[in-house]
Amino acid sequence: MSTNKYLFAGFGGQGILFSGKLLAYKGLTDGKNVSWLPSYGPEMRGGTASCSVIISDTPVGSPIVSKPDILIAMNLPSLDKYENDVAEGGMIFYDSSLIEREVIRKDVRAFAIPATKLADDNMTPTLANIIMVGKVLKETGEFDEKSVEAALRKVISAKHIDMLDKNLDAMKIGRDF
Amino acid sequence: MSDKVLMKGNEAIAEAAIIAGCRHYFGYPITPQTEIAAYMAKRMPKIGGCFLQAESEVAAINMVYGVASCGLRVMTSSSSPGISLKGEGLSYLAGADLPSLVVNVQRGGPGLGGIQPSQSDYFQATKGAAHGDFHMIVLAPASVQEMADLTVHGFDLADKYRMTSMILADGTMGQMMEPVSLDLKVGEPIEKPWATTGTKLERFHNITNSLYLDPEALEKGNFDRYKRYETIEENEVMYEEYCMEDAEICIAAFGIASRVAKNAIDEARKEGIKVGLIRPITLWPFPKKPFKKAAEKVHTFISVELSMGQMIEDVRLATECRRPVTLVNRAGGMIPNPEQILDAIKNANKNGGAK
Repeated sequence: MSTNKYLFAGFGGQGILFSGKLLAYKGLTDGKNVSWLPSYGPEMRGGTASCSVIISDTPVGSPIVSKPDILIAMNLPSLDKYENDVAEGGMIFYDSSLIEREVIRKDVRAFAIPATKLADDNMTPTLANIIMVGKVLKETGEFDEKSVEAALRKVISAKHIDMLDKNLDAMKIGRDF
Repeated sequence: MSDKVLMKGNEAIAEAAIIAGCRHYFGYPITPQTEIAAYMAKRMPKIGGCFLQAESEVAAINMVYGVASCGLRVMTSSSSPGISLKGEGLSYLAGADLPSLVVNVQRGGPGLGGIQPSQSDYFQATKGAAHGDFHMIVLAPASVQEMADLTVHGFDLADKYRMTSMILADGTMGQMMEPVSLDLKVGEPIEKPWATTGTKLERFHNITNSLYLDPEALEKGNFDRYKRYETIEENEVMYEEYCMEDAEICIAAFGIASRVAKNAIDEARKEGIKVGLIRPITLWPFPKKPFKKAAEKVHTFISVELSMGQMIEDVRLATECRRPVTLVNRAGGMIPNPEQILDAIKNANKNGGAK
């Protein structure tokens, strides 16, 4: 029996809501209880975006994540804002190509992933968020190629389904980093 | 693989309405419910339905009146300030005994307020939507699945009792995504011999009207309506009980507040505190009986609300003030956290209901 609470945060346009949705769909594919709650304030029209995702073996109570087990920070303001909220023993994944400082907390596991740089180097410039999700799934022991692909198929709109392979590649770059 | 899809609460309402046979939607955009209008704009033209963005909320509710008069399933949706604008129309719908579905995805108030979630339209929805003696059936979903289920149920009840059903949700319910099954059960269609569908010169014409200058006739309409309300109070109450079997403290909460409360209850139970929840699903009719029954064995009630304390009055009425009822609340778009509720539970446990 387990419950994982994720908080994704970054700039609008970095695919924050999309990454959260991908993770939620993976949970659904795996037969778990899931919830996804976006920030929908003025911040989604530029500035910071965030979303709460809960994946659980038991029914989800409050969909609001105030103490994430796992924080994915895609920019410095997000790391500054949420680092102290992470649950003791939790994990912080951050894009080290955009965030120059390190994680200060010693009671959490920190993973520095130069996701934006990796995305640029591998000709998938808009997929830094997916690279991060790949790493998150690897470190949480949830990377299962089949359900990852099934989730991607659900979350990528029909119009952009030609991006499926690129997304899968990005996932693997994250996994193998 | 499950047959469930991930949907926003707002989208689930829109799709459920279509499944329930609604082919007319009138609305005006306002955060945090705009996804309902957007979904209808996309879907209605494809299924021969009508999506119309009205020039204002007032226009939209009067368009609802028109379609409802024709005996068809019709809806509008808005958020708090927009619902206030619809007030006049809601009263006219009640006065003319017309069925409709109205959705309020609440945001913080008063005034234009903010756009974050709130439950501060409880009084408006359950007691005073507008002038005159009338009620609406008020349904309060606490999950995306319930957003869909209660939308269908709301249409069925509206037709059955010839009145407005309101879905009273909040920003979180509207914006969050959860898995939802769209295998929804729609009730049997109900005959509407009163509808204004054209006489074909075969019958006397029908009129839908809320103007009665003869006070005796108007009084009769009121008494008849309240007779119907009694039936509804008897037959249509819905609620959920959580951990109430041995509870000594009872939390009252609906919608998003009930979900936060469940987290707090689970924590409190780990510490051996016997606390449970009664979650009203129909806010009108209010589930008076379970609260009255609970008052016989619990020593304290705690009302958890995203308002300055509105449902708390109905809890006090239902329990006839036999036990203390305390309030845990945030307002203006803020949401209580489980720790805040847990503190109140611990306090109640320590005091044991002493006033």
